[in-house]
This record gives sequence, C-alpha cells and structure tokens, in this order.
Amino acid sequence: MKDLHEFLVSPAETARRHGPHDRIVMSSRVRLARNLKEAAFPGWAKKPERVKILETIRPAVESLPEMKDAFSEAMDNLGALDKQILVERHLISREHAAKSSGSGLVLNREETFSVMINEEDHLRMQALRPGLQLKQAWNAIDNLDSELEKKLDYAFDSDLGYLTACPTNLGTGIRVSAMLHLPGLVLGEQINPIIQSVNKLGLAVRGLYGEGTEALGNVFQVSNQMTLGENEPAIVERLEKVLAQIIEHEENARQTLLEKKPKVVFNHIGRAYGILANAHSISSKETMNLLSLMRLGVDMGLFPGAERSLVDELFLVTQPAHLQKKLSDKLTAEERDLIRADMVRERLKNVSRPVINPPPNAAN
Amino acid sequence: MQCSICKEKPATVHLTQIVGEKMQKLDLCEDCAKTKGVNDPSGFALADIMLGLGAAQEVEQAVGTDLKCPRCGFSQADFKKSGRLGCPECYKTFAEGLGGLLKTMHKGTRHTGKSPEALRASRENSDRLKTLQKKLNKAIESENFEEAAQLRDELKQLTPRAPVSPVK
Repeated sequence: MKDLHEFLVSPAETARRHGPHDRIVMSSRVRLARNLKEAAFPGWAKKPERVKILETIRPAVESLPEMKDAFSEAMDNLGALDKQILVERHLISREHAAKSSGSGLVLNREETFSVMINEEDHLRMQALRPGLQLKQAWNAIDNLDSELEKKLDYAFDSDLGYLTACPTNLGTGIRVSAMLHLPGLVLGEQINPIIQSVNKLGLAVRGLYGEGTEALGNVFQVSNQMTLGENEPAIVERLEKVLAQIIEHEENARQTLLEKKPKVVFNHIGRAYGILANAHSISSKETMNLLSLMRLGVDMGLFPGAERSLVDELFLVTQPAHLQKKLSDKLTAEERDLIRADMVRERLKNVSRPVINPPPNAAN
Repeated sequence: MQCSICKEKPATVHLTQIVGEKMQKLDLCEDCAKTKGVNDPSGFALADIMLGLGAAQEVEQAVGTDLKCPRCGFSQADFKKSGRLGCPECYKTFAEGLGGLLKTMHKGTRHTGKSPEALRASRENSDRLKTLQKKLNKAIESENFEEAAQLRDELKQLTPRAPVSPVK
C-alpha cells in the first residue's frame, strides 16, 4: 500500500502548475459517469455487491497504461484526514470522501486522472488540467474511457446513452467544469448578473466546494448541467465560449476598478496584506478571502517580486486538513487558527507591503 | 426561514436555479443540505433535489406507486426518497414517468454523443439496414424490380451480422 503523502506532490509544486489563462482560470476538469450493465447502482447495491463491483473495476483501471505507478486504494483504507486532503486538492468529491467499504480511488502519478469507483455511479473518472484546457481534458478522458470500455461492460442504451444513477447525468454522463478566480467581478459588484446570465444558458455556477452561494476566496466553478441531447464536443465548446466571455468581463472589471476606484482596490488589498502579515489568529475562511485579494494584488503588480504561486500554495496549506496534517497532535479549530496565522506570517515575512504605483502594464 | 424539506430547522443554505424562464428557489437546513448532497462540489444540481420533491410525483402519477423494478427491486417510493434510480434496468421499468422528467431536465431526450465502439459498429450496421429496407420498399412500390432485387441481395448480405441488441 502506497502512502498517500509520499505519493501526492507537495503543495508548493501544485501551486507552480501552469496553464493558459491561469491568472483567472485556476483549473479545468472533465468528468464522465459510467456504470456496469449487470449491477445495481452504488446507492442501491448492498455491500457485498459493491465490493464485487470494486473488485471488477479496480484491476481494469489499474491495468491502463495511464495508470502506471498509480495510487490505488479502497476508501476504507484511507483515514478521514487523508480523504479531506484529497477533497481540498479537488482530487475526489466530498461525497466520495464519505464512502468507505466497497468504494475506491485510482489516481495517476501526474495527478491528471482521478477515477472514483462506487461514488454515485460505479465509475466517476475525471481528467484535470491547470488553467483553461477543457478540450485537452476532454480528449484525455475520452481516450481513457475508450480503453476502459474494452475491459468493462458498460450500461448503455442506444436512445438514452450511458445510464447513470441520477437522471441528471444521463446520456453523455459528462460534466465539464472550470474553476475561476473572479475577485474583480466580486469587488465591482458585477458577479450576480454574470451568474444569472450564465445560469440562463443552462450552466451551473457553484462555490469553491459547492456550499452556499457565497464563493470562498472568490473562486467559482462553472459547469454544464444538461447531459442528454447534445454531444460532448458541443458541450465543451459551449462552456469554452462562455468562459472566454467571463474571462473578458473579469479583465475589464479589474481594469475599470483600477481606473475608476483605485483607492477602493488599494484599500482592500492593503488591508488583506496587513491582516495576513500580522494576524495571530485567523480562520480558514478569512484566510481564503484575504489570500484572494492578495492574489489580485499580485496580478496587478502591487507586490513586485512576489509570485502568484506563493499565494496559491498558502491557499492550499492553510485549509483545515492540510494544516492538521503538518502537526502530530489533533487540534481544535481555535488552535488551528493560531497555527495558521503563524504560518502565514512566516511565509509573508519577505513579501513587502503593496506598492501604490504599479508598474504600467503589470495588469497584463 | 424554515428548511423546505424537514420543515423544522432554520434554513441556512439557499439555492437558486434558473433554467430558461423558470426560476426555482430552495431553502435548506444544514442537515438536509448534507443528506441531499448539496455540499458535494461535483455532483450537485438543483434538479437532483427537486427530483425527490416535484419530479418524483410526476413519475408517480404516470406509473402508480406499486411499480417495482423486476431486476433490482427498486420502487417508486425509493426514487422519491433518493432522486436516484436502482439499476440500469430501472430506466426501462420507469420509462413512462421518466420521459417527461428528462424533457424538462435536458436539451433533448435522445443521446447524440459518444457510444461504445462495439455498439457503434452495430448501430451503423442497423442504420444501414433500415435505409436499405426503406429503399427496397420504395423500389417495390414503384415497381422497379431490378433495383429491388439488387437491394434484396445487399440486405441479405448484411443480415447475418445481426446487430447486438442494446440494453433496452
């Protein structure tokens, strides 16, 4: 059994992954839902049946060339903390983290493919890419799926397509999504009309982890909702078009803020830096929201010499499970707040306070 | 504001979904939000939850409550509870009620995307058979017997490769 923490790359390394438009698009993902023909869906199958399904699917996934040296484990062999770390890395869903016996995970060496076994469907396979790379992610997962279909007998109907536990995923079983950092639209108070118009196009907008309507750290996930009646490339293309528009709106919002309300922008970013660099107790939520503003500051050139990857790394390592993992004792939330503040202060020691005259064109 | 599912605890999770001109709002307490998977970043759609509320009733009206899937024993009541189906066969069992539901949920009701390679070949084959059969009928109607004979031979050649019947 491989150790998850030896397997996963360090947060510093994940923060240095780059992709097109990664100022705004943090990551792209395409997920496919598949099920075996002869078995009940995971939510209805009894435990022995789920175990049997896992035993059928897991070796098939492991045998794929993409999965050479993969991390492959039954969910009951992973501790609560490990599962939460995988959630914070966006490698598994929250729902999958709640699974134990009869569910599994296969994650490739590069962390670009994550296959969840017996989540809501027998198979939830996803391709992950940094930045805006939806087509690449779709091609990657399409190939993986084509190889897997030779080894497994999928439930497929010529009219309804791939049959899924929930009718909302029926047909293509595809969910194409991108994670966006949109502080400009939030500060410029344009985010709500944007969300509404994106919703009108049949796309969903969610927060960082889907909870509530407010997005932690100004991070939003945009994804398709309809999976039947349209083919995969059309769904990918539709999302790409919408994303291109959102990116443009975000860039414009940042530009407008700098031109029309520079004091508002500098005030937000300066205060964010002030708290992060000086606090002695800080919650995970406050940290994320302030780091988002610092990330904006880096993008605008207000922190010469500071890299965006430092902010992105802090964004990950200050989340509860990542923070807890660094320490041997189990901590209460209050104790974590103290340690989190210490860590952020230490990491920002060499980052100077924001300049108020950013070099021209730094925003691009 | 009270949770619209348990109607007991205060609602702290508020969801709004707009599809076309229709706006749906849902207010949930934290516990119900959790059980309904609202905090699941990848799987959540408001329709999932609505399935357990509105849409399941639609299925109920269409098929009655006694219907059970012969393959897995999943019932109408189970669908109402979870918003999920029991097994692939359930799509056939509950087909009547699901039809309307799929129409409101998706762009269309017919799959136009990827299909497994083995099936793709057989589907192409059966499409070709259908086209040939149509042509043959037309040829017979218009008393074009020479063409009809030719088409009949072509059909004969194709039929032994009987198409694998899809799950239905």
